[in-house]
Amino acid sequence: MIVDIHRFTLEEEPYWRELEAMLDRFEADAAYRPSVDELRRLHYLYQRTASDLARVTAFTAEPELRRRLETLTARAYAEVHAGREHAYRFRPLKWFLETLPQTFRRHIRAFQLSVVVVLVGAFFGGFALAIDEDAKGILMPFPHLLMDPSDRVAMEEEGEHGRGMGQMTAMSAFYMTHNTRVSILAMSLGISYGIGTILVLFANGVMLGAVFFDFIQAGETIFLLGWLLPHGAVEIPAIFIAGQCGLLIAHGLIGWGSPLTMRDRFRELAPDVVTLIAGAAILLIWAGIIEAFFSQFHEPYIPYWVKIAFGVGELALLYLFFTRFGRSENAATAQGRG
Amino acid sequence: MESKTPQLVIRTPEGIVFSQPLAGPVMRFAAAMIDEFILALALSLILSFLRQLAPLAPGITTFIYFLAVFVFRVFYALVLEWLWNGQTVGKRVLGLRVIDEGGMKLRFSQVALRNLMRMVDMLPFLYFVGGVACLFSARRQRLGDLAANTVVARIDEAPQPDLEQLMAGKYNSFREHAHICARLRQNTPPEVARIALQALTRRDQLDDAPRLALFEELAEALREAATFPDSATFGLTDEQYVRNAVDVLFRAGAGDRVGSRHASEPARAGN
Repeated sequence: MIVDIHRFTLEEEPYWRELEAMLDRFEADAAYRPSVDELRRLHYLYQRTASDLARVTAFTAEPELRRRLETLTARAYAEVHAGREHAYRFRPLKWFLETLPQTFRRHIRAFQLSVVVVLVGAFFGGFALAIDEDAKGILMPFPHLLMDPSDRVAMEEEGEHGRGMGQMTAMSAFYMTHNTRVSILAMSLGISYGIGTILVLFANGVMLGAVFFDFIQAGETIFLLGWLLPHGAVEIPAIFIAGQCGLLIAHGLIGWGSPLTMRDRFRELAPDVVTLIAGAAILLIWAGIIEAFFSQFHEPYIPYWVKIAFGVGELALLYLFFTRFGRSENAATAQGRG
Repeated sequence: MESKTPQLVIRTPEGIVFSQPLAGPVMRFAAAMIDEFILALALSLILSFLRQLAPLAPGITTFIYFLAVFVFRVFYALVLEWLWNGQTVGKRVLGLRVIDEGGMKLRFSQVALRNLMRMVDMLPFLYFVGGVACLFSARRQRLGDLAANTVVARIDEAPQPDLEQLMAGKYNSFREHAHICARLRQNTPPEVARIALQALTRRDQLDDAPRLALFEELAEALREAATFPDSATFGLTDEQYVRNAVDVLFRAGAGDRVGSRHASEPARAGN
């Protein structure tokens, strides 16, 4: 029990100040690596301050002091119990070449479900356009998609709307940022038990299906593939991955078959979701550049077979990347666990 | 009396219980508005700069603007909360901080996720979804907080007086008399020492007349604790007297440090 609270404060003040200074130093740099002596001192000061907090708790007349010690104890507690994540600097190359594909494979079912939802939407879009051609305005709410596909092809090939380098540059930024926003939204809507994510994926599928049906029906399949594949081969999988993130969040919320609490499920999922959505954003940056600077050039400037081959090549590389990269690390981890 | 403010209560493995008051939707909205204002200001500055360049390279300036809007909107809070331990400018101004729901240190994935999820919390306008979620959540969490296991706490950290700045390199004539300094430390009541320290740190907030009266009273109380010779007090105002005394009381001077005591540890002995 504290006999004299003022004297107690005076005597303990230096230790609190030392702890405050130490915490300020640690918090100022997330990658700071304290020495063993510093850690020992931190632990001592934390325990001393926590003990002081327990002693002043009885003094209801000192709410300010109690608040100060609570804040200090909270900060020190977080620092003392910090996870190992803080001990390492982020290594972008390792993250991209190993962590990203590994994370993708770990949650492959959510990705597959995301693909299925888009495909169902695509079939629905194609079917809806097949039975009601007037629905085009609803299914494809973009003016440039509403014209007759053959007229569009003729216009593109004649280069009537020829874009300069400046316009293409501006368009690439628009494609990148717009698509990344849509992806983040698809991910975020996972918090609506996945309903929002599924609706976004389905709506994108409907649009895609309607466009495909429209161009194929008009006999413009080659143009369509040449136009869409160079950027779509990367952009569409990126949207699938965003859907995968949304479905993971939904799983964290619902927790079917998981013995963990919701908090623990989210604690496990959060790094994976962030990794996947960052991966999707990188893919969308690439897709934006290709869409602005390559996809919009058609025959006679660039033969369609070149564009289609480029798109197929991207798709193959993407497949290899997500299915093969980081495998040795996986095997090592599995062995270590075994 | 029990506080009505929702608290995050944490029990440490050592059995110590501490709590953090949680920020309500109004405070959080106000912090978000400050951040929005800063963002709008930064973007309008960039826009006005790019307008000057537009005639030279219209495509490039549009490209930069698109990217700037996106980067600022997505990364402003994310980067600041990561670098400033859960604070943006708005949160810092209003004394708020994002913390882990379990009291642990914030991880990057938590900061990233709660900020990416902001997009859904902002729907359909002015953080309506996030505000409603925050209002009905026991821990005042918006949807992003729920997914990232974070809460926004109020940090009522009163700034502690900077003892190093107190003397700011001034000469302290009291220190020439080590034995009287020891007596001063021995005899000064702790509450007087505390009031003297507070009076010095808040001197600028006081009007002239009350300030003079307060320092006169404090100097008198300190003189009663220990009397320094005239050579040490000659020409000192009451405020300077109190300043010297506080320096002696709260800062261990050269030559009179005890053991491994901290520089700012009060140098008094016993309890």
